[in-house]
Amino acid sequence: MEDAKKLEEFQAKIDADIKIEPKDWMPEKYRQNLVRQISQHAHSEIIGMQPEGNWLTRAPSLRSKKILMAKIQDEAGHGLYLYCAAETLGVSREQFLKWLHEGAAKYSSVFNYPTLTWADIGAIGWLVDGAAIVNQVSLQGTSYGPYSRAMVKICKEESFHQRQGYEIIADLSKGTEEQKQMAQDALNRWWWPSIMMFGPHDGDSAHSNQSLKWKIKRESNDELRQRYVDKTIHQGEILGLTFPDENLKLNEQTGHYDISPIDWDEFWNVVKGNGPGNRIRLAHHIKAHDDGAWVREAAIAYRNKMNAKSKIA
Amino acid sequence: MNTNLYTYCLRLADNGLILSHRIAEYCSAGPQLEEDLAITNVGLDLLGQAESFLKYAAEIKGGGITEDDLAYKRKEKDFLCVHLTEIPNFDYAYIMARQFLMDAFNFYLYSKLVNSKDDIIAGISAKAIKEVTYHLSRSSDWIVRLGQGTQESHQRIQTAFDELWMFTDELFESDEIEKSLEKEGIGVDSSTLKKDWQMKINEVFSLAGINVPKIEKHSLQYGKFGLHTEYLGYLLAEMQHIPLLYPDAKW
Repeated sequence: MEDAKKLEEFQAKIDADIKIEPKDWMPEKYRQNLVRQISQHAHSEIIGMQPEGNWLTRAPSLRSKKILMAKIQDEAGHGLYLYCAAETLGVSREQFLKWLHEGAAKYSSVFNYPTLTWADIGAIGWLVDGAAIVNQVSLQGTSYGPYSRAMVKICKEESFHQRQGYEIIADLSKGTEEQKQMAQDALNRWWWPSIMMFGPHDGDSAHSNQSLKWKIKRESNDELRQRYVDKTIHQGEILGLTFPDENLKLNEQTGHYDISPIDWDEFWNVVKGNGPGNRIRLAHHIKAHDDGAWVREAAIAYRNKMNAKSKIA
Repeated sequence: MNTNLYTYCLRLADNGLILSHRIAEYCSAGPQLEEDLAITNVGLDLLGQAESFLKYAAEIKGGGITEDDLAYKRKEKDFLCVHLTEIPNFDYAYIMARQFLMDAFNFYLYSKLVNSKDDIIAGISAKAIKEVTYHLSRSSDWIVRLGQGTQESHQRIQTAFDELWMFTDELFESDEIEKSLEKEGIGVDSSTLKKDWQMKINEVFSLAGINVPKIEKHSLQYGKFGLHTEYLGYLLAEMQHIPLLYPDAKW
């Protein structure tokens, strides 16, 4: 049983927007919730390197190759910040990876969709990163100090990613007929997965209420999703692209865009592991980890040897 | 057109372009996240150097061609990278051995090229030397770590060097182009770099407990003269695929 007085003090700190730091007392459920959310976020950054890496060796210009390489490197860096933030909650990186490999930890389902053309690299930046930013900007105000600070750093780089993706789509939209089609096709395939990134509707979200009360999350899934839709429609329309939703229209009363019902069957099916890329993404990560085992062992053995030497000296 | 200078720039560019491509292939497959970050850094530096030299080569060639034309529309035989850069990522030991051998070469090369009388080459090299100094320090550390780590890592890195050694000869193969550019104070005769390079290799191998492979004479034709390993064709087929498939499109 949690000490009721401690819990009350904890909630008072949260209500006063005082950040919770690693050594502060926190309810076990708060800790577990953060471990789940931050590691899921870290895994998403790392698994997200794969669909983009899929086109790195085929990037069609030196400039686009350089930018994509730098972007993927940023994702690795974000993963690193986030694993470090999650480690402050008393779980090791090795353990996080074990949970990922066993299927006990999730990552964003959107990365289970394949990148089929160069335009998909644009769509990931514009739509997937665009959706991620909406969530991450909001998370800068999260109550756990290390997570909040990681988000501040990450947001600075993500806005560059979103621009990079939009630039690719914009260039394609102004290009040859085939390039325009490529851009439209990418929008058709990535629009709904990007919308689903915000997770289930507020009423159906398992962790939402408690997370909002503890300010782990600052805004609800549906609020964030609406913000993403509202800002993205205009960006697509000025490029002459059409969103794959016949019911999409500006609601004069609310001032927001209405969209068709979301296909939650598809969402849950992909979450449960049946997306086009779930097996491939995980298998790739496991193989890289296994292939690298001898390198990590060598690095540890060498460090131990050096430590032993310096003790003798 | 200054043909010698054009060819020389392509050689410098293609080494970076092809090696950075191999690094790009390794994306998200590193032994740990920190390594994914570090090796991508190296790849980005090399790609940036390649881009600068290709830009200069395009300028020398004239006629409106661009650095992208040179990267994406040249035929295999017109690429002038050394074979070592073409070797696939067989495992992390090969990746680091290949990197270390090239880093050491690049370090001595750019140490000289910073003094080139050609302002553009000197300028690119001034930036490059800062980058390759870090590359060499990083790969040297890894060679020692792997050489001194576990029995397995020692065996793997020794094997990688044994297998790659035959490609090091080419690094110091010189020709009239290099000799004449060296005379003009613009370029470097590669054969003059061998002594320093070998000393560096010996120093790191000795710290790592690695044997310098036996020198054997190989009957190799050289990449810097346009004759490549069988690996390069596949690499280019992938790298050049989009611009060749959509010749009228801009990217």
